[in-house]
Amino acid sequence: MSFAEAPTSRNFKQNASAALRNETLQRAMGYLGFTQKRAEAVARLPEFEALRDQARDIKDHTLKHLDFYLEAYEAKVMESGGHMHWCRTPEEARRTILDLCRSVGARSVTRGKTMIGEEIALNPFLERNGIEPVETDLGEYIIQLRGEPPSHIIAPAIHVTKEQVADTFLEKHAAYGKTRLLTEPREMLEEARGILRGKFLKADAGITGANFLVAETGSSIIVTNEGNGDLTQLLPKMHIVLATPEKLVPTLEDASTILRLLARSATGQEFSVYTTVSTGPRRRADPDGPAQYHVVILDNGRISMLGTEFQDMLRCIRCSACLNHCPVYNAVGGHAYGWVYPGPMGSVLTPGLIGVDQAGALPNASTFCGKCESVCPMKIPLPKMMRHWREREYEAKLSPAIARWGLAAWAFAARRPRLYRALTRPAMAVLGRLGKRRGNFANLPLAGGWTEFRDMPAPEGKTFHQLWAERSR
Amino acid sequence: MNARDDMLAGIRKALGRDGSADAATRATLQARLKGHKQNLVPKRGRVQGREKIEAFVKMAEFSLATLARVRSAGDVPGAVADYLKSQNLPPKLRMAPDQKLDAYPWASKPLLQIARGKAEPEDEVGLTGAFAGIAETGTLMLLSGPASPSTLNFLPETHVVVVRAEEILGSYEDGWAKLRQIADKLPRTVNFITGPSRSGDIEQTLQLGAHGPRRLHIVLVDDGADAGTER
Amino acid sequence: MQEKSPPKTPLRSPKVGLFVTCLVDLFRPSIGFAAVKLLQDAGCTVEAPASQICCGQPAYNSGDRRDAKAVARGIVDAFEGFDYVVAPSGSCAGMIREHYPQLFAGDAAYEARARNLAERTHELVSFLVDVLHVKNVQARYDGTVTYHDSCSGLRELGVKHQPRALLNGVAGLTLKELPGAEICCGFGGTFCVKYPEISNRMVSDKIADAAKTGAGTLLAGDLGCLLNMAGKATRAGVDLECRHVAEVLAGMTQDLPPIGQAKK
Repeated sequence: MSFAEAPTSRNFKQNASAALRNETLQRAMGYLGFTQKRAEAVARLPEFEALRDQARDIKDHTLKHLDFYLEAYEAKVMESGGHMHWCRTPEEARRTILDLCRSVGARSVTRGKTMIGEEIALNPFLERNGIEPVETDLGEYIIQLRGEPPSHIIAPAIHVTKEQVADTFLEKHAAYGKTRLLTEPREMLEEARGILRGKFLKADAGITGANFLVAETGSSIIVTNEGNGDLTQLLPKMHIVLATPEKLVPTLEDASTILRLLARSATGQEFSVYTTVSTGPRRRADPDGPAQYHVVILDNGRISMLGTEFQDMLRCIRCSACLNHCPVYNAVGGHAYGWVYPGPMGSVLTPGLIGVDQAGALPNASTFCGKCESVCPMKIPLPKMMRHWREREYEAKLSPAIARWGLAAWAFAARRPRLYRALTRPAMAVLGRLGKRRGNFANLPLAGGWTEFRDMPAPEGKTFHQLWAERSR
Repeated sequence: MNARDDMLAGIRKALGRDGSADAATRATLQARLKGHKQNLVPKRGRVQGREKIEAFVKMAEFSLATLARVRSAGDVPGAVADYLKSQNLPPKLRMAPDQKLDAYPWASKPLLQIARGKAEPEDEVGLTGAFAGIAETGTLMLLSGPASPSTLNFLPETHVVVVRAEEILGSYEDGWAKLRQIADKLPRTVNFITGPSRSGDIEQTLQLGAHGPRRLHIVLVDDGADAGTER
Repeated sequence: MQEKSPPKTPLRSPKVGLFVTCLVDLFRPSIGFAAVKLLQDAGCTVEAPASQICCGQPAYNSGDRRDAKAVARGIVDAFEGFDYVVAPSGSCAGMIREHYPQLFAGDAAYEARARNLAERTHELVSFLVDVLHVKNVQARYDGTVTYHDSCSGLRELGVKHQPRALLNGVAGLTLKELPGAEICCGFGGTFCVKYPEISNRMVSDKIADAAKTGAGTLLAGDLGCLLNMAGKATRAGVDLECRHVAEVLAGMTQDLPPIGQAKK
């Protein structure tokens, strides 16, 4: 299943309700434990805050000159023997990738983890065209077998318990027999490792994403902990990099600066196990490596965010810190968001890529607690941009009419002190009297959203301004 | 309009320009690309001498690599043989066809069966040198090329890397600077490796050996001198 | 119009405009009077201009900038001429300090005035500690309390150590830290009624964490969060008294029942 083919972001509220009632999901989400590790990693690096400022500045600079850096990057890709393919839409990217795969007669392709692959629903497309895509990141592999989309950017199967993984493997790895015992993650990893090793060795092409593209050298950089991305791009005849323009940084030094933030923000590691800088295909004397190196550079809506109040979002490096620290994400998991990117970054990016009419619920599903912005390595003002989406939604009259009327009525009164006091004083007096015995209300007309789950504390009765006026008299 | 022109035009329009940036701006940007200016390098990447070596050792072990120190080049084959024995591995390895590695006296351990070349699927142990060690995170920096097939870094279950103390640098930036000294272009791949392969994808429990090596063992040739500078 | 900039050194008797906030005005005026007492004890002259109503946040966070500005103008007008403007709420003070300059950007009549107001505006407890350098309050509260850091005060205004510093000086009071004190309680203004189930999960976790500390009282600096937490505590039957930190610091808890509870 692919969210790109069938977004459910409009149903966020219903999705969230179901997620909160799903006990298995709630148990699985309880294992999400990156926040403590991040805090420890940040504490070990005194320069962390200063690096955040520099990283923000590097990306801002790059975005400001994105056309220059893209052209410079392209020139270097070609100089190193690689090819660059420009694609505006998912259709163009899918077609380009299919043509590339067919050009080497590919029947099976390995896939490093790419969120952009999710964006363009690449796997179902390849399957429909007779090519077997094999996700090689363990988490991605698990959910591919289960027919599910990822629910987290770097821990795509965080919503799955080990018992569910075992059931999936027992069902899908029939060759291993149906009666063996699979209880520990270790055993499941070994089984997947064995199966995927075979897939790596027979793949005709490997498709990875890129964490960074380096204009100075025409390089793509991926980071993984498993080494799957390396086997994906190293063993087949052809390496295809699927990336978007905002992945660019000017130099290797700039990439190094942001890399110092990436793993620490994501998993709390000092550095990912494998950081791999790839530049072109294998050289004449090289004993291994792909004979062809292709970069598919896809826009899919990024460029339309440039120069708008959402441009800062293009600094995002997909570390997941905002997800990990978000109380809403932690409560409902990633699938509730109904498209490729969940959590705070998804709440900002998704309306930009599929439209605020489709995804307007997401930027509304935030308390603006600000935790996401405080941990974002790229200092993206996520709450501010969620508010901007609410503004767009309001201006387009997409928000519910009842909420709009209520707001208008309140705003009418809230700038007319005498009217406001004339309305609120008697109301508080009545509520204060009615609520005196209990101190709160278990039910209140028009406040069902509140009192369904909590009592409404009763007001004291007189308002402050009433008492203040009496006192000053 | 083709996709390339369309995308570039879209970017320029969004940035409030009709065409590419003016000549002066382009010159500044070109200079930035060629200047290799370093951004902030953390203090722990700027340490020198013994402190740098010790930082590398500490951070490599923190990354769950194992590390053995030997005093001299002559001790390398013994250290490799001992390690394989300690892990109950057969004394058989695939070694990178690297002159630097050839210089170690492998004949002193005649029981070690050494094949040279890129990794084959059945190879259990890969042995390589490294272009550099990076102290700030205990990272190994390896370059692909005839003398260092990348497959050796990923296919075998055990990866043994021989690093000399004078190859330890402070930061990633030091690594780039050293690389630019010996080549004006990047090799196909630069691999930064920090510990053995791992996954936490099943209930966030850390498991080593996901797809790459289960074990990363570093043999550090360190005579204890105030090393850390190129000799 | 002559604008006042915030004084560099504390004035001997600064003129403080109390921004009561709409929730305190309606639901718990006692918090306003606690603020008045704390400010007066610290040597301030306090006024509460009658024309103030709301900072405009409900409209602002709903994407309705036009109404937000219309309501916010009333605040800018109301607090002309004070040395400082102080609110017993990190959220409302944060709205003025952090968001008014953006809200009024490009507004010829109001931008400069909004900026000036932003500079003069403070959250109550951080104002006492950081600006007036209050070290100690004369108050007594017999019991163990725990403290929830409301999000806007914490992350927009840096309110963290100030309430703890003053609480530690309250006679008879023991402060026990709340695990996850910096995690949102799930109030979030209209969020709690737009997404009641998610909000419920968040506030349930918060109350459970607070109960686990063994403290009998849960304090915070924002009435919105307190209404949410107190309402959940009584609904869940958790024996926890919720109060605004100013009530405790002003020693005004004697005759004032906890939020959402009846007088004993």
